Amino acid sequence: MNAESEIVLQLSQISKRFGRLLANDQISLELRRGEVLALLGENGAGKTTLMNILFGHDVADSGTIALFGHPLKDHTPRSALAAGIGMVHQHFTLADNLTVLDNVILGTEPLWRPWQNRRAARDRLMQLSKNFGLSVRPDARIGDLSVGERQRVEILKALYREVKILILDEPTAVLTPQETEALFATLRKLTQSGLSIVFISHKLQEVMAVSDRVVVLRSGKVVATVQTAATSPAKLAELMVGQPLPKMQREAMTPGQPVLTLNKVTVTASDDRPLLENVDLRVREFEIVGIAGVSGNGQGTLFNLVSGLAAPTQGTIELYGKPIAAPSPLGMVQAKVARIPEDRHTTGLIPDMSIWENLILETHQEPGFSQHGLLKREAAHEYAADLIQSFDVRCPSPDAIVRLLSGGNMQKLILGRVLSRNPKLILASQPTRGLDLGAVTYVHQQLLNAKARGAAVLLISEDLEELLSLSDRLYVLSQGRISESLKPEAVSVRDLGLMMAGKPGQVTDAA
Amino acid sequence: MQLSQLRLEPRESTPLWLAAVAPLGAIVAALILCVPLVSWTGVSPFQSYGVMLRGAIGSGFAISETLSRATPLMFTGLAVAIAFRARFWNIGAEGQFYAGAVAATLMGTGLITLPPILMIPLILTAGFLFGGLLLLLPALLKTRLSVDEVVTTLLLNFVVLLIVSYLVEGPLKDPSALGWPQAVPIIDQGTFPNLLGRSHLGLIIAVISALLIWLLNDRAVLGYRMKAIGANRIAAQFAGIPIDRIILATALLSGGLAGMGGVSEVAGLKGYLSLDLSPGFGYTGIIVAMLAQLHPIGVLASSIFIAAIYVGADAMSRAANLPSYLADVIVSASLLCMLVSILLTRYRVRWK
Repeated sequence: MNAESEIVLQLSQISKRFGRLLANDQISLELRRGEVLALLGENGAGKTTLMNILFGHDVADSGTIALFGHPLKDHTPRSALAAGIGMVHQHFTLADNLTVLDNVILGTEPLWRPWQNRRAARDRLMQLSKNFGLSVRPDARIGDLSVGERQRVEILKALYREVKILILDEPTAVLTPQETEALFATLRKLTQSGLSIVFISHKLQEVMAVSDRVVVLRSGKVVATVQTAATSPAKLAELMVGQPLPKMQREAMTPGQPVLTLNKVTVTASDDRPLLENVDLRVREFEIVGIAGVSGNGQGTLFNLVSGLAAPTQGTIELYGKPIAAPSPLGMVQAKVARIPEDRHTTGLIPDMSIWENLILETHQEPGFSQHGLLKREAAHEYAADLIQSFDVRCPSPDAIVRLLSGGNMQKLILGRVLSRNPKLILASQPTRGLDLGAVTYVHQQLLNAKARGAAVLLISEDLEELLSLSDRLYVLSQGRISESLKPEAVSVRDLGLMMAGKPGQVTDAA
Repeated sequence: MQLSQLRLEPRESTPLWLAAVAPLGAIVAALILCVPLVSWTGVSPFQSYGVMLRGAIGSGFAISETLSRATPLMFTGLAVAIAFRARFWNIGAEGQFYAGAVAATLMGTGLITLPPILMIPLILTAGFLFGGLLLLLPALLKTRLSVDEVVTTLLLNFVVLLIVSYLVEGPLKDPSALGWPQAVPIIDQGTFPNLLGRSHLGLIIAVISALLIWLLNDRAVLGYRMKAIGANRIAAQFAGIPIDRIILATALLSGGLAGMGGVSEVAGLKGYLSLDLSPGFGYTGIIVAMLAQLHPIGVLASSIFIAAIYVGADAMSRAANLPSYLADVIVSASLLCMLVSILLTRYRVRWK
């Protein structure tokens, strides 16, 4: 909005230190009435810390917060709510077993009143829902709702409490493109009604699309505050990373022999619910095949299947043209399948063990690393030191505990562990989630290099931009069913979004 | 509220001096915390602690008493430490201890007679197998049917005690014991030689076991896998480590160590199996292992510490007429203080 609008929130010189890490360093920013202020920065830039301070979860070491011109003291989440600050967290804070209406009024009514004024509450909820285009079913149980619907409930919950300032933490991470569009339309309506919004994101396109002004954070500092209209994605990326990003080298190649083939694979859960249904899939040498979809639509099962953790209920998996009789993680490792799991902390690595111990996790039983039941510690150390160097892992030594590394360095460890073995098949699930732009580029380049060496790559991702820029072919996974093979250049983001939502060919009333 | 001003922030690394000082600090803190209780009995705490210290380590006799009391704790402490490191919650060291003692009694009371050089290893092996196989049952229930091992190992303790009760009243009862419920004594060839006072060969076996486990933890593939499973089972499974097999191996080792403890107590100290062979050595082993932060060498130290408190408290109660239950209080306070000190080595406290 215009520069003369009233300043509703002013942060001055906020600093917060966690141990040796200065998470926020003298951050100052102001939020004006009726604007969308984007807070842009990579993971670890200090966005979340700043918002936790604003919402009262954390206390700043120094600096002041002023709301509508009044300084805030003894800040707690309760007082933040009372002062009109609402926050929609990345991970929703709704009670799954209650209805939408119950969730919205939860905490707004006095505890000891024997009755609830549900009719009035419902009317107000429906009014808000209508005014801002946030359609919800008040009597539906939260557990039955989609992620997009849950987010609408979260926003309504804040509006019901008459917030003046709404903080959205990475709100689009879990949405389809259509749902994202709808969210942006809502945000515009909200600002027109006088609300101020802080939009936290690391996605440049979205920041460009939705915000009025952008505050760019890097390593805990404000590096720039710019009008969105006067900047460009490339400019913002450079501000965010601090240097121009290297260009990826992508070449079209002729695919070779099939490496991984799924024939009519069905996997059912223990309660007979189908997790994957009749999935046909083929990945060949020299190609990257992308799997698009909103998480929870069978990606996890597909990953477990190919990584050896699950077996098909029906159908067959073939590796190098031969069916796999009894899949096991070790069997897959020995068959030169590189597996890059979605969750680095719980599946990929053992955070409380050292770097060298993590690097030999899959291969410690091989003669290079053990003999007569004893580990060859020197060999493992040397191997770790080599990988640390060739994969540019920033760490004090191979003996360092993995927990202390950054997300990007953890991912480099996993990449080093699996890619240094010249795998024939690479299975990667969300390999760049939570990484900063530099690390994302690095991971992408590694996958492209592997493809150029002749590896087959199966890339499961929720990031459409990533899929479209890397994949030679694409499949969409929705409710356990897989689409036809698609060419990224021949399919629009809008069509992909519809297929992800499970309604190919339909036109929705979204946006 | 004042408490809300206290925050814990994780440390990136623990300074070496802190890791070394923290256990000692915890013990000092525990002794200080118990001062009011000791004073309440009407004796000066300095005097009581002085008597306790002299009673525990003040003479050759005191030291030998402490060491012989520490020996069974070393075995059960090692048993618990090795299992807990793999996150296999063996609460049943008490039962495995008795199983080992039963094995020693079955093999060592005249069934076979061999020279000591063969007899002692034979009953140790039998005790190891009895203890290990006993724990294999909960381990199999866990790996096959996901039955919680905390419940099964704990309840098996009572089953074993009832079986022992039957044995010492019935088939294994010593007819020359004037009707006391105790088993036939171990033959001379199976009896452990004494070292100093009442301390015996079991101490040396415990120390060697601790060293071997240290080696296993630090150098062996099995130890590495046990650690990996304990630290992150999901990642270990994902990496292809055979979880079930490692859990079973861990159970065999853990139960076996506790079983050897039972052999050592019967053949080294008491001479015969009875129902009061263990005043809860299996449960105290959990405290020993926690105090040692699951490190085998730490287990040796914490066993001696806890044994010293019990032996010292006995001396104190004789000299100053204090209840020896004070020892239980001091041991419990030490454990609580140790848990706090572990927390403080990982987090720093900040006041805001």
